[in-house]
Amino acid sequence: MLLTINGAAREVALSDDTSLLDALRGDLGLMATRFGCGAESCGACMVLVDGKPSYACTTPIDALRGKAVTTLEGLGDAARPHPLQQAFLDEQAGQCGYCLSGILISAKALLDRTSTPTRDDIVQALDKHLCRCGAHARIIRAVQRAAARMSTSSAT
Amino acid sequence: MTAIALPLGLLENPRLEQWIGFEKAGTIRIASGKVELGQGILTALVQIAADELDVTAQRIALVSGRTQATPREGFTAGSLSVEHSGGSIRLVAAEVRGLLLGIAARRLNCAETDLTVVDGAIHRWGVATGLDYWQLASGLDLTQNASGSRPLKPAHLRKYIGTSVPRVDLPAKVLGSARPFIHDLRPDGLLHARVIRQPWPGAELAGPEQVTAHADIQVVRLRNFVAVVAATEQAAVAAAEKVASQLQWTGGVPLRPEQATPGWIATQPSLNATVTRGVKGDHAPAAKRFKRTYTKPFIAHASIGPSCALAHFENGKLRVWTHSQGVFPLRDSLAKAMQLDVSAITVEHVQGAGCYGHNGADDVACDAAILAREIPSKTIRVMWSRADELAAAPFGTAMVVTLEATLSSSGMPIDWTTEVWGGPHAQRPGAAGGVNLLGAEALPNPPKRPPPIEIPEAAGGSGLRNASLLYDVPHQTLVNHIATALEPRTSSMRGLGAFANVFAIESFVDELAAEANVDPLAYRLAMTSDPRARAVMEQAARMADWTLQKAAGQGRGFAYSRYKNRAGYRAVFVDVDVDEDVRLRRVWCAVDAGLVINPDGVHNQVEGGIIQAASWALKESVVFDQGRVASNTWDTYPILRFSEVPEIHVTLMDRPRDPPLGVGEVAQGPMAAAIGNAVADALGMRIRDLPMTRERIIATIAG
Repeated sequence: MLLTINGAAREVALSDDTSLLDALRGDLGLMATRFGCGAESCGACMVLVDGKPSYACTTPIDALRGKAVTTLEGLGDAARPHPLQQAFLDEQAGQCGYCLSGILISAKALLDRTSTPTRDDIVQALDKHLCRCGAHARIIRAVQRAAARMSTSSAT
Repeated sequence: MTAIALPLGLLENPRLEQWIGFEKAGTIRIASGKVELGQGILTALVQIAADELDVTAQRIALVSGRTQATPREGFTAGSLSVEHSGGSIRLVAAEVRGLLLGIAARRLNCAETDLTVVDGAIHRWGVATGLDYWQLASGLDLTQNASGSRPLKPAHLRKYIGTSVPRVDLPAKVLGSARPFIHDLRPDGLLHARVIRQPWPGAELAGPEQVTAHADIQVVRLRNFVAVVAATEQAAVAAAEKVASQLQWTGGVPLRPEQATPGWIATQPSLNATVTRGVKGDHAPAAKRFKRTYTKPFIAHASIGPSCALAHFENGKLRVWTHSQGVFPLRDSLAKAMQLDVSAITVEHVQGAGCYGHNGADDVACDAAILAREIPSKTIRVMWSRADELAAAPFGTAMVVTLEATLSSSGMPIDWTTEVWGGPHAQRPGAAGGVNLLGAEALPNPPKRPPPIEIPEAAGGSGLRNASLLYDVPHQTLVNHIATALEPRTSSMRGLGAFANVFAIESFVDELAAEANVDPLAYRLAMTSDPRARAVMEQAARMADWTLQKAAGQGRGFAYSRYKNRAGYRAVFVDVDVDEDVRLRRVWCAVDAGLVINPDGVHNQVEGGIIQAASWALKESVVFDQGRVASNTWDTYPILRFSEVPEIHVTLMDRPRDPPLGVGEVAQGPMAAAIGNAVADALGMRIRDLPMTRERIIATIAG
């Protein structure tokens, strides 16, 4: 089966009911998307499917024909980090970091939708994500910082 | 040379080479027995080493938590890593710098004081000599013992210590560019396994004789230890479900709902101890007495990533990859549990998801080790399910704390009794010679669990942690009851007994202040002589503008503590809105942590502690039903969410000349009390049982 992951076509030889998370972390070797609960309750496995935040743990690959999947690896890298990734590093927004890839994905979907989110918009977009270390306040600040940077750079 | 008291780490690992090496030109190996748990310790240790060695941080290659390559430093626990490992590394780095300068001075025929170090290069009178550490290191005997005799760098010359160096481990986690977690390891030929846990403590497998599973699945059965092993994780998960549905269990200790209540714990057989301090004064028999009881339930570690480990057994040698807090104690316990020689086992730390105490990390490592021995020459990876993560790891024990005070005519306490009931807090693998690895307990001939113990007060105590008053009260009595046969397992969770004890004491002090009709802050200050304690209280009060008027339904609360009565100081104010739910609005917090290695790291720890303690105080309790731990999903064990997180303001007191004090757990106790005091302020009624849920508020209002 052919999947489109981070803009590239990837062939996987897996049964249709395989979860996207198993495909990503298994055959595809993309480890940034994480298992947390397997029940859409924590957001650790969040990816974008056609730009919409989706739980990779419960999405069968069969449902992804003709759709584009974006994982954290698709946002940016050390040489060209996404403004969100840069802002999370600038704010040191994380402790153990296990929840961050899913949170970055939902934050990206939010900033793609609105370039000037309020604090409430951010809280609402991230409320499906759990963080146990208590990095929430920093994470919210990081999203605000990224939004400010993105709207400044798009205005110039 | 003056003899100085060396830190424990240096006494147990005395040779310089155990901590430092110059094997590779341009970099310096620094080894620590402490491990990264998400708290940023690796970054702090790099800062310490770089400063004392006069090199840029990039030159420090840190190795941590490997039985074959790092000093033995017990557990990464108790907010002690900066003090202990940092303290040792600081002394070693300063000494090695001095020894290398000594060699350089002899070679250059000059005085040591003529020399300086610029990023590892030796300069004389400010001019490069062409010599550097790596050339000189060949002439240095690093097998010699550390003496700790070289002076440490004075505050004004430090470059890294005291600055917010960014975390060294965070980029990989934010950029998705590496595989930072143990969950991400995929060595060649890896097999995936799942363990089907006993449904309740001590459950015995009653049947069937044979289970059916897919032909590709290997089922391992060793008395009550059942696991499935497969080529893919997906197949292992499916097989575990299929096998679990066939198993029948009997015996053991099925868990009843009432066993999860603190009141039940207080009726169980216990080890009892009483301590008294101070001088009992003569007070009138008619003096006013005041007594209250506070409780907390069992709580779960509830890490976002389930526990995970890998193990490989070949030619009698066992290799284990783990996110345990203590690779050496785990190695020793695995040796006992599996009847292997310690020298046949190597244990290596790889980062896991956030760790807040003795969680499932050691247990899952044992699971992997058992399976690796059953299936030799293959690397076996075990990951726990979400349900097991919430239900099978040791819990933080439920506790009951009863406080009684005799009051002077002015309403100040003159005699005080603290009585504490709870399960054990110190049951880590290796504690008091016990093993405590869940998988091993399911095998034939299970090893002994650690006996219930109280950690000595000199090491911070456990059930009695922070039970001893920080206030000037002339006489106090401490009574400790440790339940001896409690199921399920309880062990160390962030703050140990401090969370319940500080919640109780700081709630009670507010009740006493109200009884005396004195402002709660003024009441505390009136019985606090420690100037550092007074300073954090006054600082927090300035931050919060304590005198501010409040609207109806709003409440403000204060609490203070000094973690373990010896580590970091913390004073906190909170604002809450209370209707039927408690909404935590704002938190103002002042912390005195002595010398701060990384201010942003301390802020991060304190903020995180505030949020986690608020989650414990407002939402969390473990529930038993139908023999099992029923709170085994995020729906049944909810934690604080983004929409419930308060605005947080933290100030660190400036104490660069005082020794560093641990901060990882400083937030836990006062937070619950401050919330409780704010709720009492808003409602005019006090909640003494945690968590302060909607149901509790409604019940309290209804009387």
